[in-house]
Amino acid sequence: MPSPETSTAATFTGRQLACQRGERLIFRALDFALAPGGALILIGPNGSGKSSLLRLMAGLTPPAAGVLAWDGVDTREDRAAHRGRLHFIGHSDALKPVLSPRETLVFWAAMRGAAAEVPQALARFGLEGAADLPCRYLSAGQRRRLALARLTASSAPLWLLDEPLTSLDAEAATQLLAAIAAHRAGGGQIVLSTHAPVELADAARLSLADFRPAREGLLA
Amino acid sequence: MNPFLALVARDLRLALRQGGDAAMVVGFFVLTVVLFPLGVGPEPELLQRIAPGVVWVTALLAALLSLERLFQADYEDGSLETLALLPLPLEAQVLAKCLAHWLVTGLPLIVVAPLLALLLQLDAAGYPALIASMALGTPTLSLIGAIGAALSLGARRGGVLLSLLVLPLYIPVLIFGVAAVESEIAGFGARPHLLLLAAFLVLALGLVPFAAAAALRLALE
Repeated sequence: MPSPETSTAATFTGRQLACQRGERLIFRALDFALAPGGALILIGPNGSGKSSLLRLMAGLTPPAAGVLAWDGVDTREDRAAHRGRLHFIGHSDALKPVLSPRETLVFWAAMRGAAAEVPQALARFGLEGAADLPCRYLSAGQRRRLALARLTASSAPLWLLDEPLTSLDAEAATQLLAAIAAHRAGGGQIVLSTHAPVELADAARLSLADFRPAREGLLA
Repeated sequence: MNPFLALVARDLRLALRQGGDAAMVVGFFVLTVVLFPLGVGPEPELLQRIAPGVVWVTALLAALLSLERLFQADYEDGSLETLALLPLPLEAQVLAKCLAHWLVTGLPLIVVAPLLALLLQLDAAGYPALIASMALGTPTLSLIGAIGAALSLGARRGGVLLSLLVLPLYIPVLIFGVAAVESEIAGFGARPHLLLLAAFLVLALGLVPFAAAAALRLALE
């Protein structure tokens, strides 16, 4: 298990964040702080902006208002550095049907220029048996496991996980929680959104419903 | 491995395993050129006269054919999102993907073009200029196409939109590509036209990564 270097561990904070999709304001005046080793669980009904907040944290969408900061420095000042410190696992698995899980993980690790820990990552998520099959033969659960295996194949201090438990069986969910626990023990941070009840030791919960704007409309 | 080369290698591997693109582009190129002697008749003088134009126009259309897939597959399966969040700038990734696209589609076109020119009775003096102009022109086609491919992501009927966006931008490459061959045959030398094609390539290498990466970021928002 690669542990993030302690020098890169820093507090990840958001101040007065607002998110707008099209004409609609989804949340506003949202604050959070995530210390090294911390975990933040995003909860809320469908459409409350859990995925939007994760995409905003990753830098895929700019916030309509507010500032995201890493160690007190605005993440937009050095986007490459911010991208280098995070793993984002969205709804789609980002797999190619003709590549095997091993090739997939080797590729993504090479793209991060990191020392690949591919065999360990495959073993951690129970994919050794399918390591050399083309991904088109994998089941939905195996595909999800492979997407998550990217997390441990190369190290990054901040994990942003959008509904990571979708289509995972109980065993894989346990493996994921173990990977998360190990990551946090090494000083890493986690933000995950979920509908399923997740038990993480001293994790903060953020209910997106609390930041819904009082009335529909554009940002003033 | 260097991330840039890793991305080129991955795109080449995908293209080779999926097979379709290179074969389709070359197949289209060959079949379309073969249609011309059938359509306009077999007179050698006529074919010789139109050979440079026919080869260039069909090569251009063949290159267009595979462009839609340049970012589309990565966009649909979520890979593009993951790629955009890598430390390697999206601009460099655009260049890597264009390089892989050119190796898979542009290079085979250059290999096949002299054979098709033979079929069209191209004057012997024109071959070096044809190969040189295509070697300089087809990378520009891949690069310009990347802007169109990035802009048309997520659009319905993206392929048609892509052609409308990209074909007008292909005109300078077409004009000077054909002119290089014709002036070499006429004895004036292809050098000025080849230099202009090289200038287009340098310009595209400098500008396309920024334009295409900006369009990709918009598509991902």
